Order: sequence, then structure tokens, then C-alpha cells
Amino acid sequence: MRDALLVLVVFLACAVEAVEALTIVLAVGVSRGWRSAVQGVAAGLLALAVIVAALSPTLIFVPLGALRLVVGGLLLIFGLGWLRKAILRASGFKALHDEDAIYARELAAARAAGRTRRAAVDDWYAFTLSFKGVLLEGLEVVFIVVTFGANQGSIPLAVLGAGIAVVVVTVAGIAVRGPLGRVPENTLKFAVGILLTSFGTFWGAEGAGAHWPGADAALLGVIAVVTLTALGFVALLRRAHGRQIPGPPPVIEPMEVT
Amino acid sequence: MGALGRWLRSFGAFWWDFIVGDDWRVAAGVVAALAITAGLAAARVPAWWFLPVTVLVLLGVSLRRAIRRASTR
Repeated sequence: MRDALLVLVVFLACAVEAVEALTIVLAVGVSRGWRSAVQGVAAGLLALAVIVAALSPTLIFVPLGALRLVVGGLLLIFGLGWLRKAILRASGFKALHDEDAIYARELAAARAAGRTRRAAVDDWYAFTLSFKGVLLEGLEVVFIVVTFGANQGSIPLAVLGAGIAVVVVTVAGIAVRGPLGRVPENTLKFAVGILLTSFGTFWGAEGAGAHWPGADAALLGVIAVVTLTALGFVALLRRAHGRQIPGPPPVIEPMEVT
Repeated sequence: MGALGRWLRSFGAFWWDFIVGDDWRVAAGVVAALAITAGLAAARVPAWWFLPVTVLVLLGVSLRRAIRRASTR
């Protein structure tokens, strides 16, 4: 069960971040040509692979209790951040993440920028934007891959989940030839927030020395409680939002990491 | 401030933003909750319930703060 959940969490988190990276890379490639954009993607993926390769062997030597304490704490901090934003979006207090709008803005910015050549890169702007898009969106996925994989003793399985997500999103992007605006990104982020928070709670408590009643089966209970609470907050805040006087539409944030 | 200082500052700011995020109180609350859980477990008191309860309270408090901030803009 844990293995299936591991692949699911990594797949969902990676798919969300890959959709966001794809939007940036598409805008750069369409407006400035694909050569430098693809070079940037390759360099970004290489940097992420190096980080995974460097971190994975180190984590194997950390005692499991200490690893779960630290990883549980970090997953909780990340998960609560994802969940908070997802609840605020679902209840109308924060603008929904709109890939089409972000794509249009990135496209306009890319068309307006100047062109410089450096070393083997024809267009430095296109290269750095693609590189940063892949690296920044991928960094959190790397953390999830490494920590989930190390905790479960199966980093290859976590890498597999991430790889499948990248392939699926890339193929979909090529098929659609545009940003994947129809992907229910906000719902996916909600699900990832719930899973990160649940795993973080489970591992964090285990790492701190607590014993869960029912052992591993308690994880399902934690997921259920976190899901119900999050849905409860959404319902509560939707009602509160309905009572507020409507103001100007909130601004869509540029390149969020989550 | 020299170039190295600026680089270190932006490097630190990036990691702070990446790990701690928008609400440092949540991060502080998680660390405190883990420490208390460890304390309860060390004292051989059932400790499994403390973290989930604290996490849900932290989420509620953080949401409340975010909504207040949004309402006063």
C-alpha cells in the first residue's frame, strides 16, 4: 500500500510542477525558438538529476528515526503551505492558478526581451528562463522524490513516479501544442497538499518516538482526517467569502514554486 | 555590501522562502509540535495524537491570518 501511495504522491506532485514548467518553456520556445529553450530544459533536468544523485546516497546513512523526524517536519511545512493555498483558492480568497493567463504573460515578456549569445547558447534569455523554470519547479519534486524514496527505502520507485509524470505532461504538451490549461491543477495541488501533510504527520510522529495505533494502517486514518478537515475549511471559508463585499480581482502570482 | 555578501543574502533568502514559505509561524509551530511529541514519547505518555491535532490547529490559524491579511488589503 505504501509503495502505491509513494508513486501516487510523487506522480501528482511532479505532474503539477511539470505543467507549470511546461507553460514557461512553451512560451519561451514559441516566442524565441526551440534550440536555446531545449538546451535550458536539458541543463535544468541535468542539475536536478545531479541533486538527486548527490543527496540519495547521503540519506541512506542517516538513521531511520532521525530521517523520519526531519523529513516529516519538512513535509509538514511544505504540505501545510500547499494545503493552505489550495484551500484559499478553492474558497475564492486567492486567484486560481491560470496556466493560460500565465502563458500569455510569459509570451509577452519573452517577445519583448533582447537577444544575446553566450558560449554555445544562441539566445541566453531563452536558455536561462527555461533552465530556471525547470530547476525551480523541479526542486520541490526532487525533495519529495528523495525524502519519500529514502523513507520507503525505494528511491528508484519514487524516481519512476516522477519520470512517468514528466513523460505524460510532455506528451500532452506536444499533443495540445499549448499550455495545459484544462488540467485540474488546483484540485491536484489540493490532493498533493493533503498527502504531504498526512505523510509528514505520520513520519514526523514516528520519528519523534510516537507509536501509531494500528501501525501503518493509521496512515489511512490520518489521510481521512486531514481530507475531511480541509474540505470543512473550504466549506466554511466559501460561506465567509460569500458574505464579504466583492473587491478587485486578485492578482495571479508570477512563477510560484508550489 | 560586496558581491559575495549580496549573493549570500539572496542564496539565504531563496532557501528561507523555499523551506519556510509564506508563514514562518507554521514552520515554528511544526518544530515545536515535534519537540513536544518527542517529549511525550520519552515520558512514555501516548503521543501519537498530539501532532495531528496541532497540525490541524496550525492550518486553521494560518488560514485565518491569510484571510485577515486579504481582507485588510
